Amino acid sequence: MTKSELIQRLAERNPHLYQRDVELIVSAIFDEISNALARGDRVELRGFGAFSVKRRDARIGRNPRTGDSVAVDEKIVPFFKTGKQLRERLNQGA
Amino acid sequence: MAGHTVTRAQLSEAVYQEVGLSRNESAALVDTVLNEIADALARGEMVKISSFGSFSVRQKGQRIGRNPKTGEEVPISPRKVLVFRASHVLKDRINRVAAANKTREPLKTGVM
Repeated sequence: MTKSELIQRLAERNPHLYQRDVELIVSAIFDEISNALARGDRVELRGFGAFSVKRRDARIGRNPRTGDSVAVDEKIVPFFKTGKQLRERLNQGA
Repeated sequence: MAGHTVTRAQLSEAVYQEVGLSRNESAALVDTVLNEIADALARGEMVKISSFGSFSVRQKGQRIGRNPKTGEEVPISPRKVLVFRASHVLKDRINRVAAANKTREPLKTGVM
């Protein structure tokens, strides 16, 4: 399912909303999550999962092709932990 | 600044500010969006949200684990796990803001 398919589904379920508004709603949700992560905040959606960021220290990496050493800067990476309810749902009947 | 937790309430508020819906309906829409994503994943579908990231379900085989307290070996049953891969847009955005903040104060990141 892509973002546009998600928007399509929501529009079908909410015939009183304009497709344009559904697009705005979906964007607002993902923008809000992205903004929170950019601030270093955590986003906790009970039953679904939690988004957070982790810091990776600067390190000396290697170019796998040439074997040359390259300095890799410190960076922040996004991280997602699946919520209990969703994790259990994925494994139902397994 | 950092160290706060955003929940459904803030997402609903963002939706409420964006379109002229009631607070209740905004909250219901946030739930619907999350449920649609969860439904697709439960069907085994991959969910791709452009400029945000993708969620996919990965099948893990059985393996032998160990109880860290007792050292006892226990079989870990085969299971499905959800994997989130952030898009480059999101990764760049997080690092751009972090770099901008660095000049003023070190960014506190969520330690897990």
